[in-house]
Amino acid sequence: MGEITDGFLEAITLIVTMNPELMEIAGRSLYVSSIATLVAALIAIPIGAIIYYYDFRGKRTVINLVQTLYALPTVIVGLLVYLLVSNSGPLGPLKLLYTTNAMIIAQVILVSPLIVGLAIAALSGLDKEMKYTTMSLNARAYRAMMTLVRETKFAILSAVVLAFGRAIAEVGAVMMVGGNIRHFTRTLTTAITLNTSMGEFSTSIALGIILLTIALIVNFGVNFFQHYNGRMKDD
Amino acid sequence: MKKLLSVFGVFLILLAVICAAGCVSTQQQEPTQLKIATTTSLYDTGLLDAVQDYYLDKYNVDLLITSQGTGKAIASAMNGDVDVLLVHSPSQEAVFIDDGYGVNHRGIAYNYFIIVGPADDPAGIAGMTPEEGVATLKALGDAGTEGIIFVSRGDNSGTHSAEKAIWKSAGFNYTAQITGCGPWYKETGAGMGDSLTTAGQLGAYILTDEATYLTYKKNNNLSLEVIINEGASLLNRYSIMTISPAKFPDTNVKDATDFTNWLISEDGQNFIGAYGVETYGKPLFTPMSTLNDSTLPPFNIDCKTPVVIPTA
Repeated sequence: MGEITDGFLEAITLIVTMNPELMEIAGRSLYVSSIATLVAALIAIPIGAIIYYYDFRGKRTVINLVQTLYALPTVIVGLLVYLLVSNSGPLGPLKLLYTTNAMIIAQVILVSPLIVGLAIAALSGLDKEMKYTTMSLNARAYRAMMTLVRETKFAILSAVVLAFGRAIAEVGAVMMVGGNIRHFTRTLTTAITLNTSMGEFSTSIALGIILLTIALIVNFGVNFFQHYNGRMKDD
Repeated sequence: MKKLLSVFGVFLILLAVICAAGCVSTQQQEPTQLKIATTTSLYDTGLLDAVQDYYLDKYNVDLLITSQGTGKAIASAMNGDVDVLLVHSPSQEAVFIDDGYGVNHRGIAYNYFIIVGPADDPAGIAGMTPEEGVATLKALGDAGTEGIIFVSRGDNSGTHSAEKAIWKSAGFNYTAQITGCGPWYKETGAGMGDSLTTAGQLGAYILTDEATYLTYKKNNNLSLEVIINEGASLLNRYSIMTISPAKFPDTNVKDATDFTNWLISEDGQNFIGAYGVETYGKPLFTPMSTLNDSTLPPFNIDCKTPVVIPTA
Protein backbone atom coordinates (compact mmCIF):
# COMPACT_ATOMS: atom_id res chain seq x y z
CA MET A 1 0.00 0.00 0.00
CA GLY A 2 2.81 2.39 0.96
CA GLU A 3 4.43 1.72 -2.36
CA ILE A 4 1.41 2.94 -4.27
CA THR A 5 0.89 6.12 -2.26
CA ASP A 6 4.62 6.90 -2.28
CA GLY A 7 4.60 6.27 -6.01
CA PHE A 8 1.71 8.63 -6.52
CA LEU A 9 3.31 11.36 -4.43
CA GLU A 10 6.58 11.10 -6.29
CA ALA A 11 4.68 10.96 -9.56
CA ILE A 12 2.89 14.21 -8.76
CA THR A 13 6.22 15.84 -7.82
CA LEU A 14 7.80 14.72 -11.09
CA ILE A 15 4.87 16.10 -13.07
CA VAL A 16 4.48 19.38 -11.17
CA THR A 17 8.20 20.17 -11.44
CA MET A 18 8.01 19.41 -15.16
CA ASN A 19 10.85 16.87 -14.96
CA PRO A 20 12.67 17.49 -18.28
CA GLU A 21 13.21 13.84 -19.19
CA LEU A 22 9.57 13.04 -18.44
CA MET A 23 8.40 15.96 -20.62
CA GLU A 24 10.73 14.90 -23.42
CA ILE A 25 9.35 11.36 -23.34
CA ALA A 26 5.75 12.57 -23.27
CA GLY A 27 6.45 14.96 -26.14
CA ARG A 28 7.97 12.18 -28.23
CA SER A 29 4.99 9.89 -27.57
CA LEU A 30 2.65 12.64 -28.63
CA TYR A 31 4.70 13.41 -31.74
CA VAL A 32 5.01 9.79 -32.91
CA SER A 33 1.35 8.91 -32.32
CA SER A 34 -0.01 12.16 -33.80
CA ILE A 35 2.01 11.85 -37.01
CA ALA A 36 1.14 8.16 -37.24
CA THR A 37 -2.57 8.86 -36.74
CA LEU A 38 -2.49 11.71 -39.26
CA VAL A 39 -0.75 9.62 -41.91
CA ALA A 40 -3.03 6.67 -41.19
CA ALA A 41 -6.09 8.92 -41.50
CA LEU A 42 -4.87 10.35 -44.81
CA ILE A 43 -4.39 6.85 -46.17
CA ALA A 44 -7.30 5.08 -44.53
CA ILE A 45 -10.22 7.50 -44.92
CA PRO A 46 -9.95 7.58 -48.75
CA ILE A 47 -9.56 3.79 -48.83
CA GLY A 48 -12.62 3.44 -46.65
CA ALA A 49 -14.57 5.82 -48.90
CA ILE A 50 -13.48 3.93 -52.02
CA ILE A 51 -14.46 0.57 -50.58
CA TYR A 52 -17.85 1.99 -49.54
CA TYR A 53 -18.48 3.83 -52.80
CA TYR A 54 -17.68 1.18 -55.36
CA ASP A 55 -19.45 -2.12 -55.66
CA PHE A 56 -17.11 -4.90 -56.60
CA ARG A 57 -16.77 -8.64 -56.28
CA GLY A 58 -15.53 -9.73 -52.87
CA LYS A 59 -16.43 -6.43 -51.17
CA ARG A 60 -17.85 -8.30 -48.16
CA THR A 61 -14.63 -10.31 -47.87
CA VAL A 62 -12.49 -7.17 -48.01
CA ILE A 63 -14.56 -5.58 -45.24
CA ASN A 64 -14.32 -8.73 -43.12
CA LEU A 65 -10.59 -8.80 -43.66
CA VAL A 66 -10.23 -5.17 -42.59
CA GLN A 67 -12.29 -5.83 -39.48
CA THR A 68 -10.13 -8.85 -38.66
CA LEU A 69 -7.10 -6.57 -38.78
CA TYR A 70 -8.56 -4.53 -35.89
CA ALA A 71 -7.10 -7.26 -33.75
CA LEU A 72 -3.69 -7.16 -35.42
CA PRO A 73 -1.27 -7.97 -32.56
CA THR A 74 1.20 -5.15 -32.02
CA VAL A 75 4.15 -7.49 -31.70
CA ILE A 76 3.38 -8.98 -35.12
CA VAL A 77 3.43 -5.46 -36.59
CA GLY A 78 6.66 -4.83 -34.71
CA LEU A 79 8.22 -8.00 -36.05
CA LEU A 80 7.09 -7.24 -39.60
CA VAL A 81 8.43 -3.68 -39.58
CA TYR A 82 11.60 -4.84 -37.83
CA LEU A 83 12.29 -7.38 -40.57
CA LEU A 84 11.52 -4.78 -43.26
CA VAL A 85 13.71 -1.97 -41.95
CA SER A 86 16.53 -3.97 -40.36
CA ASN A 87 19.85 -3.55 -42.08
CA SER A 88 19.50 -6.92 -43.80
CA GLY A 89 15.83 -6.32 -44.72
CA PRO A 90 14.50 -4.86 -47.98
CA LEU A 91 14.30 -1.31 -46.57
CA GLY A 92 17.64 -1.63 -44.76
CA PRO A 93 19.46 1.03 -46.83
CA LEU A 94 17.04 3.69 -45.55
CA LYS A 95 18.51 3.23 -42.05
CA LEU A 96 15.12 3.44 -40.38
CA LEU A 97 15.60 0.92 -37.56
CA TYR A 98 15.77 2.48 -34.08
CA THR A 99 14.34 5.81 -35.30
CA THR A 100 11.03 7.49 -34.61
CA ASN A 101 10.16 7.06 -38.30
CA ALA A 102 10.20 3.29 -37.89
CA MET A 103 7.87 3.68 -34.91
CA ILE A 104 5.55 5.86 -36.99
CA ILE A 105 5.47 3.28 -39.79
CA ALA A 106 4.59 0.54 -37.29
CA GLN A 107 1.77 2.59 -35.77
CA VAL A 108 0.41 3.54 -39.21
CA ILE A 109 0.17 -0.15 -40.10
CA LEU A 110 -1.41 -0.87 -36.76
CA VAL A 111 -4.17 1.74 -36.79
CA SER A 112 -4.98 2.09 -40.50
CA PRO A 113 -7.32 -0.93 -40.59
CA LEU A 114 -9.22 0.54 -37.66
CA ILE A 115 -9.85 3.82 -39.49
CA VAL A 116 -10.69 2.07 -42.79
CA GLY A 117 -13.20 -0.21 -41.09
CA LEU A 118 -14.84 2.46 -38.95
CA ALA A 119 -14.99 4.87 -41.91
CA ILE A 120 -16.85 2.21 -43.92
CA ALA A 121 -19.16 1.62 -40.99
CA ALA A 122 -19.79 5.37 -40.60
CA LEU A 123 -20.54 5.80 -44.30
CA SER A 124 -22.79 2.75 -44.33
CA GLY A 125 -24.86 4.48 -41.68
CA LEU A 126 -25.82 7.12 -44.24
CA ASP A 127 -29.09 6.94 -46.05
CA LYS A 128 -28.68 4.87 -49.24
CA GLU A 129 -30.59 7.60 -51.07
CA MET A 130 -27.84 10.03 -50.28
CA LYS A 131 -25.24 7.88 -51.96
CA TYR A 132 -27.23 7.65 -55.18
CA THR A 133 -28.17 11.33 -55.12
CA THR A 134 -24.57 12.36 -54.71
CA MET A 135 -23.55 9.93 -57.42
CA SER A 136 -26.05 11.43 -59.85
CA LEU A 137 -25.31 15.05 -58.96
CA ASN A 138 -21.57 14.86 -59.11
CA ALA A 139 -19.84 13.81 -62.30
CA ARG A 140 -16.58 13.09 -60.58
CA ALA A 141 -16.44 10.19 -58.14
CA TYR A 142 -13.95 11.77 -55.75
CA ARG A 143 -16.18 14.82 -55.28
CA ALA A 144 -19.08 12.55 -54.46
CA MET A 145 -16.93 10.66 -51.96
CA MET A 146 -15.79 13.94 -50.38
CA THR A 147 -19.41 14.97 -49.92
CA LEU A 148 -20.27 11.66 -48.26
CA VAL A 149 -17.21 11.76 -46.00
CA ARG A 150 -18.12 15.30 -44.96
CA GLU A 151 -21.58 14.09 -44.00
CA THR A 152 -20.06 11.58 -41.57
CA LYS A 153 -17.20 13.69 -40.29
CA PHE A 154 -18.03 13.28 -36.62
CA ALA A 155 -18.20 9.51 -36.79
CA ILE A 156 -14.97 9.44 -38.76
CA LEU A 157 -13.32 11.82 -36.31
CA SER A 158 -14.25 9.43 -33.50
CA ALA A 159 -12.58 6.64 -35.47
CA VAL A 160 -9.43 8.75 -35.77
CA VAL A 161 -9.44 9.49 -32.03
CA LEU A 162 -9.84 5.79 -31.30
CA ALA A 163 -6.90 5.11 -33.62
CA PHE A 164 -4.81 7.72 -31.81
CA GLY A 165 -5.68 6.02 -28.54
CA ARG A 166 -4.52 2.67 -29.82
CA ALA A 167 -1.33 4.21 -31.22
CA ILE A 168 -0.26 6.07 -28.09
CA ALA A 169 -1.04 3.18 -25.75
CA GLU A 170 0.86 0.69 -27.85
CA VAL A 171 4.13 -0.79 -26.57
CA GLY A 172 5.14 -4.02 -28.34
CA ALA A 173 5.79 -2.64 -31.81
CA VAL A 174 7.54 0.60 -30.83
CA MET A 175 9.73 -1.34 -28.42
CA MET A 176 10.87 -3.65 -31.21
CA VAL A 177 11.49 -1.12 -33.97
CA GLY A 178 12.35 1.90 -31.82
CA GLY A 179 14.64 0.11 -29.39
CA ASN A 180 13.60 2.28 -26.42
CA ILE A 181 16.71 4.46 -26.84
CA ARG A 182 16.97 7.22 -24.25
CA HIS A 183 16.67 10.77 -25.68
CA PHE A 184 15.88 9.28 -29.07
CA THR A 185 13.11 6.71 -29.33
CA ARG A 186 11.86 6.31 -25.78
CA THR A 187 8.10 6.82 -25.45
CA LEU A 188 5.69 6.76 -22.51
CA THR A 189 4.84 3.09 -22.89
CA THR A 190 8.38 1.82 -23.43
CA ALA A 191 9.58 3.99 -20.55
CA ILE A 192 6.89 2.47 -18.31
CA THR A 193 8.05 -1.02 -19.30
CA LEU A 194 11.68 -0.14 -18.61
CA ASN A 195 11.07 1.63 -15.32
CA THR A 196 8.87 -1.19 -14.10
CA SER A 197 11.57 -3.72 -14.90
CA MET A 198 14.05 -1.51 -13.01
CA GLY A 199 11.75 -1.33 -10.00
CA GLU A 200 11.26 2.45 -10.43
CA PHE A 201 7.52 2.19 -9.89
CA SER A 202 6.98 5.85 -9.02
CA THR A 203 8.39 6.97 -12.38
CA SER A 204 6.17 4.38 -14.06
CA ILE A 205 3.12 5.75 -12.24
CA ALA A 206 4.04 9.32 -13.25
CA LEU A 207 4.37 8.27 -16.88
CA GLY A 208 1.07 6.41 -16.66
CA ILE A 209 -0.69 9.49 -15.29
CA ILE A 210 0.68 11.58 -18.16
CA LEU A 211 -0.44 8.96 -20.68
CA LEU A 212 -3.96 8.92 -19.27
CA THR A 213 -4.05 12.71 -19.14
CA ILE A 214 -3.16 12.95 -22.82
CA ALA A 215 -5.94 10.50 -23.68
CA LEU A 216 -8.35 12.46 -21.50
CA ILE A 217 -7.48 15.82 -23.10
CA VAL A 218 -7.83 14.42 -26.61
CA ASN A 219 -11.21 12.90 -25.85
CA PHE A 220 -12.52 15.99 -24.07
CA GLY A 221 -11.31 18.09 -26.96
CA VAL A 222 -13.18 16.00 -29.49
CA ASN A 223 -16.30 15.91 -27.35
CA PHE A 224 -16.24 19.67 -26.94
CA PHE A 225 -15.75 20.13 -30.68
CA GLN A 226 -18.67 17.82 -31.48
CA HIS A 227 -21.01 19.48 -28.98
CA TYR A 228 -20.04 22.93 -30.11
CA ASN A 229 -20.65 22.06 -33.73
CA GLY A 230 -23.85 20.24 -32.90
CA ARG A 231 -25.20 23.34 -31.17
CA MET A 232 -24.27 25.53 -34.13
CA LYS A 233 -26.25 23.23 -36.41
CA ASP A 234 -29.29 23.26 -34.16
CA ASP A 235 -29.40 27.06 -34.01
CA MET B 1 -9.79 1.95 -61.10
CA LYS B 2 -7.39 4.55 -62.51
CA LYS B 3 -8.60 7.07 -59.94
CA LEU B 4 -8.19 4.56 -57.19
CA LEU B 5 -4.58 4.07 -58.23
CA SER B 6 -3.87 7.79 -58.44
CA VAL B 7 -5.31 8.36 -54.97
CA PHE B 8 -3.12 5.54 -53.72
CA GLY B 9 -0.12 7.04 -55.46
CA VAL B 10 -0.62 10.45 -53.93
CA PHE B 11 -0.70 9.04 -50.42
CA LEU B 12 2.31 6.82 -50.96
CA ILE B 13 4.27 9.88 -52.12
CA LEU B 14 3.04 11.81 -49.10
CA LEU B 15 4.21 9.02 -46.82
CA ALA B 16 7.60 8.93 -48.52
CA VAL B 17 8.01 12.69 -48.17
CA ILE B 18 7.18 12.59 -44.46
CA CYS B 19 9.63 9.75 -43.89
CA ALA B 20 12.36 11.45 -45.94
CA ALA B 21 11.89 14.71 -44.04
CA GLY B 22 12.31 12.82 -40.78
CA CYS B 23 15.49 11.12 -42.03
CA VAL B 24 17.11 14.38 -43.05
CA SER B 25 16.34 16.04 -39.75
CA THR B 26 17.91 13.21 -37.73
CA GLN B 27 21.10 13.38 -39.81
CA GLN B 28 21.47 17.07 -39.12
CA GLN B 29 21.78 16.58 -35.35
CA GLU B 30 25.14 17.88 -34.17
CA PRO B 31 26.72 15.09 -32.08
CA THR B 32 27.71 11.93 -33.92
CA GLN B 33 25.79 8.82 -32.97
CA LEU B 34 27.09 5.48 -31.83
CA LYS B 35 24.56 2.65 -31.70
CA ILE B 36 25.05 0.17 -28.90
CA ALA B 37 23.15 -3.05 -28.32
CA THR B 38 23.25 -4.35 -24.78
CA THR B 39 21.51 -6.64 -22.33
CA THR B 40 18.72 -5.75 -19.94
CA SER B 41 20.70 -6.72 -16.84
CA LEU B 42 23.47 -4.26 -17.65
CA TYR B 43 21.11 -1.48 -18.73
CA ASP B 44 18.77 -1.84 -15.77
CA THR B 45 21.55 -0.86 -13.36
CA GLY B 46 21.56 2.68 -14.76
CA LEU B 47 25.32 2.63 -15.46
CA LEU B 48 24.83 3.18 -19.18
CA ASP B 49 22.57 6.21 -18.69
CA ALA B 50 25.31 7.78 -16.59
CA VAL B 51 27.92 6.90 -19.21
CA GLN B 52 25.68 8.33 -21.95
CA ASP B 53 25.40 11.74 -20.26
CA TYR B 54 29.10 11.89 -19.44
CA TYR B 55 30.26 10.77 -22.87
CA LEU B 56 27.99 13.16 -24.76
CA ASP B 57 29.22 16.01 -22.63
CA LYS B 58 32.88 15.16 -22.99
CA TYR B 59 33.21 13.81 -26.54
CA ASN B 60 30.05 15.03 -28.29
CA VAL B 61 29.09 11.48 -29.22
CA ASP B 62 25.52 10.46 -28.51
CA LEU B 63 25.37 6.85 -27.35
CA LEU B 64 22.14 5.33 -28.65
CA ILE B 65 21.68 2.39 -26.33
CA THR B 66 19.07 -0.27 -26.94
CA SER B 67 18.62 -3.06 -24.41
CA GLN B 68 16.39 -5.95 -25.30
CA GLY B 69 17.96 -9.09 -23.99
CA THR B 70 21.14 -10.83 -25.10
CA GLY B 71 19.44 -12.80 -27.88
CA LYS B 72 18.04 -9.74 -29.62
CA ALA B 73 21.15 -7.68 -28.88
CA ILE B 74 23.29 -10.26 -30.67
CA ALA B 75 20.74 -10.60 -33.50
CA SER B 76 20.79 -6.81 -34.00
CA ALA B 77 24.56 -6.88 -34.11
CA MET B 78 24.55 -9.76 -36.62
CA ASN B 79 22.22 -7.71 -38.86
CA GLY B 80 24.57 -4.72 -38.68
CA ASP B 81 21.85 -2.62 -37.05
CA VAL B 82 24.21 -1.38 -34.33
CA ASP B 83 27.89 -0.45 -34.15
CA VAL B 84 28.91 -1.97 -30.85
CA LEU B 85 27.84 -4.94 -28.73
CA LEU B 86 28.14 -4.80 -24.94
CA VAL B 87 27.25 -8.11 -23.28
CA HIS B 88 28.18 -10.65 -20.59
CA SER B 89 27.94 -14.09 -22.10
CA PRO B 90 31.41 -15.52 -22.88
CA SER B 91 30.08 -18.54 -24.77
CA GLN B 92 27.82 -16.48 -27.05
CA GLU B 93 30.55 -13.86 -27.53
CA ALA B 94 33.01 -16.55 -28.66
CA VAL B 95 30.59 -17.79 -31.34
CA PHE B 96 29.92 -14.20 -32.45
CA ILE B 97 33.62 -13.49 -32.89
CA ASP B 98 34.46 -16.86 -34.46
CA ASP B 99 31.79 -16.23 -37.07
CA GLY B 100 33.52 -13.01 -38.03
CA TYR B 101 30.93 -10.56 -36.72
CA GLY B 102 32.96 -9.00 -33.93
CA VAL B 103 36.42 -7.48 -33.60
CA ASN B 104 38.33 -5.54 -30.93
CA HIS B 105 37.01 -7.64 -28.06
CA ARG B 106 37.91 -6.13 -24.68
CA GLY B 107 36.89 -6.82 -21.11
CA ILE B 108 35.63 -3.78 -19.23
CA ALA B 109 34.34 -4.87 -15.83
CA TYR B 110 33.14 -7.77 -13.75
CA ASN B 111 31.10 -8.61 -10.74
CA TYR B 112 29.55 -11.77 -9.44
CA PHE B 113 26.33 -13.57 -9.98
CA ILE B 114 24.63 -14.44 -6.74
CA ILE B 115 21.90 -16.84 -5.76
CA VAL B 116 19.29 -14.99 -3.76
CA GLY B 117 16.28 -16.43 -1.97
CA PRO B 118 13.92 -16.10 0.99
CA ALA B 119 15.63 -14.81 4.13
CA ASP B 120 14.83 -17.99 6.12
CA ASP B 121 16.47 -20.15 3.39
CA PRO B 122 13.96 -23.05 3.44
CA ALA B 123 16.31 -25.26 1.43
CA GLY B 124 19.21 -24.61 3.81
CA ILE B 125 21.73 -24.02 1.03
CA ALA B 126 23.54 -21.02 2.53
CA GLY B 127 27.29 -21.61 2.61
CA MET B 128 27.22 -24.25 -0.14
CA THR B 129 28.96 -23.89 -3.50
CA PRO B 130 26.63 -22.86 -6.33
CA GLU B 131 26.74 -26.43 -7.69
CA GLU B 132 25.84 -28.04 -4.38
CA GLY B 133 23.17 -25.42 -3.88
CA VAL B 134 21.34 -26.04 -7.15
CA ALA B 135 21.68 -29.82 -6.73
CA THR B 136 20.03 -29.54 -3.31
CA LEU B 137 17.27 -27.36 -4.74
CA LYS B 138 16.60 -29.93 -7.45
CA ALA B 139 16.54 -32.83 -5.01
CA LEU B 140 14.11 -31.01 -2.70
CA GLY B 141 12.05 -29.71 -5.62
CA ASP B 142 11.72 -33.14 -7.22
CA ALA B 143 10.67 -34.56 -3.85
CA GLY B 144 7.84 -32.01 -3.84
CA THR B 145 9.05 -30.23 -0.71
CA GLU B 146 6.75 -27.40 0.26
CA GLY B 147 8.05 -23.88 -0.40
CA ILE B 148 10.98 -24.80 -2.64
CA ILE B 149 10.86 -22.80 -5.88
CA PHE B 150 13.57 -21.79 -8.29
CA VAL B 151 12.88 -19.03 -10.80
CA SER B 152 14.85 -19.00 -14.03
CA ARG B 153 15.06 -16.25 -16.66
CA GLY B 154 14.55 -18.92 -19.30
CA ASP B 155 15.28 -16.40 -22.07
CA ASN B 156 18.79 -17.31 -23.29
CA SER B 157 20.12 -14.16 -21.68
CA GLY B 158 23.66 -13.90 -20.35
CA THR B 159 22.34 -14.67 -16.88
CA HIS B 160 20.40 -17.66 -18.16
CA SER B 161 23.57 -18.92 -19.90
CA ALA B 162 25.42 -18.62 -16.60
CA GLU B 163 22.64 -20.55 -14.86
CA LYS B 164 22.84 -23.33 -17.47
CA ALA B 165 26.62 -23.48 -16.99
CA ILE B 166 26.12 -24.01 -13.25
CA TRP B 167 23.59 -26.82 -13.82
CA LYS B 168 26.06 -28.40 -16.22
CA SER B 169 29.00 -28.24 -13.82
CA ALA B 170 26.71 -29.64 -11.10
CA GLY B 171 26.33 -32.70 -13.36
CA PHE B 172 22.91 -32.15 -14.91
CA ASN B 173 21.80 -32.11 -18.52
CA TYR B 174 19.89 -28.84 -18.61
CA THR B 175 17.50 -29.61 -21.48
CA ALA B 176 16.72 -33.15 -20.38
CA GLN B 177 16.76 -32.87 -16.60
CA ILE B 178 16.06 -29.28 -15.58
CA THR B 179 13.88 -27.26 -17.90
CA GLY B 180 10.24 -28.20 -17.52
CA CYS B 181 11.07 -30.84 -14.91
CA GLY B 182 8.45 -29.84 -12.38
CA PRO B 183 6.43 -27.11 -10.74
CA TRP B 184 9.37 -26.10 -8.53
CA TYR B 185 11.32 -24.83 -11.57
CA LYS B 186 9.64 -21.78 -13.11
CA GLU B 187 10.86 -20.00 -16.23
CA THR B 188 9.70 -16.38 -16.54
CA GLY B 189 11.02 -15.59 -20.02
CA ALA B 190 11.43 -12.01 -18.81
CA GLY B 191 14.21 -9.56 -18.03
CA MET B 192 16.28 -9.60 -14.83
CA GLY B 193 14.22 -7.01 -12.96
CA ASP B 194 10.88 -8.63 -13.80
CA SER B 195 12.22 -12.06 -12.92
CA LEU B 196 13.46 -10.76 -9.56
CA THR B 197 10.01 -9.36 -8.85
CA THR B 198 8.45 -12.69 -9.73
CA ALA B 199 10.89 -14.52 -7.47
CA GLY B 200 10.23 -12.02 -4.68
CA GLN B 201 6.49 -12.50 -4.94
CA LEU B 202 6.81 -16.29 -4.99
CA GLY B 203 9.43 -16.43 -2.24
CA ALA B 204 11.71 -18.29 -4.62
CA TYR B 205 15.42 -18.74 -5.24
CA ILE B 206 16.90 -17.08 -8.32
CA LEU B 207 20.29 -16.53 -9.92
CA THR B 208 20.89 -12.82 -10.54
CA ASP B 209 23.71 -10.45 -11.26
CA GLU B 210 24.68 -8.51 -8.17
CA ALA B 211 24.20 -5.08 -9.77
CA THR B 212 20.56 -5.60 -10.75
CA TYR B 213 19.86 -7.19 -7.37
CA LEU B 214 21.25 -4.19 -5.46
CA THR B 215 19.42 -1.73 -7.72
CA TYR B 216 16.21 -3.63 -7.37
CA LYS B 217 16.45 -4.26 -3.65
CA LYS B 218 16.83 -0.55 -3.06
CA ASN B 219 14.13 0.62 -5.46
CA ASN B 220 11.57 -2.03 -4.79
CA ASN B 221 11.93 -3.33 -1.22
CA LEU B 222 12.69 -6.75 -2.63
CA SER B 223 12.30 -9.35 0.12
CA LEU B 224 15.05 -11.68 -1.14
CA GLU B 225 18.43 -12.01 0.57
CA VAL B 226 21.82 -13.17 -0.72
CA ILE B 227 22.14 -16.90 -0.08
CA ILE B 228 25.19 -17.97 -2.13
CA ASN B 229 27.82 -15.53 -3.36
CA GLU B 230 31.02 -17.55 -3.62
CA GLY B 231 32.16 -19.91 -6.31
CA ALA B 232 34.20 -19.78 -9.52
CA SER B 233 31.12 -20.35 -11.69
CA LEU B 234 29.56 -17.12 -10.42
CA LEU B 235 31.95 -14.79 -12.24
CA ASN B 236 30.07 -12.27 -14.41
CA ARG B 237 32.32 -10.70 -17.01
CA TYR B 238 31.24 -7.75 -19.17
CA SER B 239 32.91 -7.10 -22.47
CA ILE B 240 32.59 -4.93 -25.53
CA MET B 241 33.18 -5.64 -29.21
CA THR B 242 32.92 -3.66 -32.41
CA ILE B 243 30.81 -4.99 -35.27
CA SER B 244 33.22 -6.07 -37.98
CA PRO B 245 33.37 -3.62 -40.91
CA ALA B 246 34.18 -6.64 -43.09
CA LYS B 247 30.55 -7.71 -42.58
CA PHE B 248 28.99 -4.23 -42.44
CA PRO B 249 31.08 -1.43 -43.98
CA ASP B 250 28.62 1.31 -43.05
CA THR B 251 28.84 1.07 -39.28
CA ASN B 252 30.42 3.79 -37.16
CA VAL B 253 33.79 2.10 -36.48
CA LYS B 254 35.56 5.35 -35.64
CA ASP B 255 33.35 6.17 -32.66
CA ALA B 256 33.13 2.48 -31.75
CA THR B 257 36.93 2.33 -31.48
CA ASP B 258 37.13 5.55 -29.48
CA PHE B 259 34.39 4.38 -27.12
CA THR B 260 36.12 1.03 -26.54
CA ASN B 261 39.39 2.83 -25.81
CA TRP B 262 37.63 5.20 -23.42
CA LEU B 263 36.01 2.31 -21.51
CA ILE B 264 39.41 0.64 -20.95
CA SER B 265 41.18 3.94 -20.28
CA GLU B 266 41.91 5.10 -16.74
CA ASP B 267 39.08 7.64 -16.94
CA GLY B 268 36.54 5.06 -18.15
CA GLN B 269 37.63 2.43 -15.64
CA ASN B 270 37.41 4.94 -12.79
CA PHE B 271 33.93 5.95 -13.98
CA ILE B 272 32.77 2.32 -13.90
CA GLY B 273 34.42 1.66 -10.52
CA ALA B 274 32.79 4.70 -8.96
CA TYR B 275 29.30 4.00 -10.23
CA GLY B 276 26.83 3.06 -7.52
CA VAL B 277 28.99 3.89 -4.49
CA GLU B 278 26.93 6.96 -3.65
CA THR B 279 23.57 5.23 -4.00
CA TYR B 280 24.23 1.66 -2.87
CA GLY B 281 27.21 2.12 -0.58
CA LYS B 282 29.37 -0.09 -2.78
CA PRO B 283 30.34 -0.14 -6.46
CA LEU B 284 28.10 -2.23 -8.70
CA PHE B 285 31.01 -3.23 -10.96
CA THR B 286 34.70 -3.90 -10.46
CA PRO B 287 36.80 -2.35 -13.23
CA MET B 288 38.72 -5.11 -14.99
CA SER B 289 41.95 -3.09 -14.98
CA THR B 290 42.23 -3.79 -11.24
CA LEU B 291 43.22 -7.38 -12.06
CA ASN B 292 46.91 -8.24 -12.36
CA ASP B 293 46.38 -10.20 -15.54
CA SER B 294 42.89 -10.51 -16.98
CA THR B 295 44.01 -12.82 -19.81
CA LEU B 296 44.29 -15.73 -17.35
CA PRO B 297 41.33 -17.97 -16.46
CA PRO B 298 38.64 -17.45 -15.41
CA PHE B 299 38.60 -14.04 -17.13
CA ASN B 300 40.39 -14.94 -20.36
CA ILE B 301 40.15 -11.52 -21.96
CA ASP B 302 42.41 -8.58 -22.74
CA CYS B 303 41.38 -5.41 -20.94
CA LYS B 304 44.38 -3.13 -21.42
CA THR B 305 45.68 -3.04 -25.01
CA PRO B 306 44.09 -0.09 -26.84
CA VAL B 307 42.24 -1.04 -30.01
CA VAL B 308 42.77 0.46 -33.46
CA ILE B 309 40.11 1.24 -36.05
CA PRO B 310 39.39 -2.08 -37.77
CA THR B 311 39.63 -2.26 -41.54
CA ALA B 312 37.35 -4.30 -43.72
